[in-house]
Amino acid sequence: MSAPYPLVHATASAPLGQRLTVAEEVLKFVRTKPLGAGGALIILGMMLVALFAEALAPYDPYRGDYGLQFARPSVDHWFGTDEFGRDVLSRVMYGARIALFVGFVASFAGCTLGGLLGVVSAYWGGKVDLILERLMDVLLAFPQLILALAIASILGPAVQNVVVAVAIPIIPRAARVVRATALSVKENPYVEAVQALGALRRRVVLRHIVPNVMAPYIIMLTAQLGGAILTEAALSYLGLGTAEPTPSWGLMLSGSAPSYAEKAPWIALFPGIAISLGVFGFNLFGDSLRDALDPKLRKT
Amino acid sequence: MRTYVAKRLLLIIPTLLGVASLVFVIMRVIPGDVTLLILGGDQAGRIDPAQIAAMKRRLGIDQPLLVQFGTWLWGVLRFDFGTSLWSGRPVVEELLIRLPLSLELAFAATLVSVLIAIPCGMLSAVRQDTWVDYVIRVISIGGLAIPSFWVGILCILFLVIYFGWGPPLEYTPPWVDPWANFQQMVWPVVTVGYRYAAVTTRMTRSTVLEVLREDYIRTAWAKGLRERAIVVRHALKNAMLPVITLIGTEFAFLIGGLVVTETVFTLNGVGRFVVDAVARRDYPVVQALVFLIAFGFVIVNLLVDLTYAWFDPRIRYR
Repeated sequence: MSAPYPLVHATASAPLGQRLTVAEEVLKFVRTKPLGAGGALIILGMMLVALFAEALAPYDPYRGDYGLQFARPSVDHWFGTDEFGRDVLSRVMYGARIALFVGFVASFAGCTLGGLLGVVSAYWGGKVDLILERLMDVLLAFPQLILALAIASILGPAVQNVVVAVAIPIIPRAARVVRATALSVKENPYVEAVQALGALRRRVVLRHIVPNVMAPYIIMLTAQLGGAILTEAALSYLGLGTAEPTPSWGLMLSGSAPSYAEKAPWIALFPGIAISLGVFGFNLFGDSLRDALDPKLRKT
Repeated sequence: MRTYVAKRLLLIIPTLLGVASLVFVIMRVIPGDVTLLILGGDQAGRIDPAQIAAMKRRLGIDQPLLVQFGTWLWGVLRFDFGTSLWSGRPVVEELLIRLPLSLELAFAATLVSVLIAIPCGMLSAVRQDTWVDYVIRVISIGGLAIPSFWVGILCILFLVIYFGWGPPLEYTPPWVDPWANFQQMVWPVVTVGYRYAAVTTRMTRSTVLEVLREDYIRTAWAKGLRERAIVVRHALKNAMLPVITLIGTEFAFLIGGLVVTETVFTLNGVGRFVVDAVARRDYPVVQALVFLIAFGFVIVNLLVDLTYAWFDPRIRYR
């Protein structure tokens, strides 16, 4: 606050900062946003585990060993075994695949579809806007988890159906955010100029509006990633997501796990830690990314 | 202002009509026949078709879908939500049994978390990038990351292992036995409230940060005001606007929180009622509950928009 503000900065000819290379940008992000870098590290670790689950997992996540039910965490089974004698650590590792797959695909699909609808709604305006907005109102007013629950029960328990069930409630939320930005972008003089030059609608939308709503789109995307993983877990927990014996984190917590609380608390402990850590990583990263992309929140 | 409210109230009609149609269609598309479920299992071959037809007629689901939809909508207009296909009792009656528990859970969780979250969020913003900020941010981001059903499972694990406690089966209202009610509700409230507090803390932090960069705050500093006066009297009031919006948007999550929390703690509330009704294909119950939740959502959001004008005199509705 104490530094005087040099007046040069107020003029349009203020010198632009040097353009940074990708590596420099990453370094700057790590230096200024240590929490975000920590989040990125967690995500990276999760991806590596998911990618190399076959090599890393000590046991087959599907094979039970009835001689070894409810084994305590030990050197052989780090996270213990569950009620079928399956290795919890291996199941948690394979679970990373499901979580990442559902998280990425659902939030990407939901945000992209919602974002496109938002741009269309803002650019065309009038009746199109009115109808799309009412549709989004309906989807928003429909309780999110119940909507996902209903879609999941229509489609039946399978991983790709969970993706649809998780993605649909994201659509109206993304549409809202992107529409609001697109509305203000549309009013910029350069959009008017391009239109005056006789550019096609498609060109105006794709070349001039879409690039300018990318920041809220990316923020929305990273923000929804963690949420999508949570919704998948909740659906599986309620018995409407992935079906046994798929190693999904939410499913591992459902049904029997709490009832074995006294006997084998580790069954309920480790999948929960995995979900929390994963979502935590995505949220940390998304949060810092928003701080970095949103000039309003930058430290002066 | 009056025309704005009238316009918003009119817009509620298409939204609710849309929700009503959507839930009606979804429930009919979900595979599984309620009559077969009631008569016992999916082994249709063993059940007499005449019996199925009789049951369908008795439940009133043998009529064409459009007629069913019309009858239902007409009922809703007269605040008659029909009867549960399973218990045969009016949906409203079934709902009223479960409502006090869910309302208490929702209100207590909201109140507790807002009381904790707003001071924490402010502190985090004022001390941005110090250890206080980092601790509050880590805890609040954690609240968004930890699934509420897992918090619930952990609470139960902890209580069962150390106190031999199991969730009680029957709800005791606070006016009957406040202490028993407190014991029963404190863990569910923590479970639902953690997420709520986390979201509110984060929102408060980011809006206070934004407001602290405004010119008028710089003026206040320049006048030589103390930090406390600047933050509490100048910044906080303007930062509250988006936080109020949250109450509206979080309403949807609150319902989701109720659904899983009531399942974890086996509480007989509205949230679990919905899940059970979807699983049992109890059409009238699901339709009524989704409709009422959507109605609540729309009204809450309208009230939120109206409080904007009170908090920010620059906003004038047309």
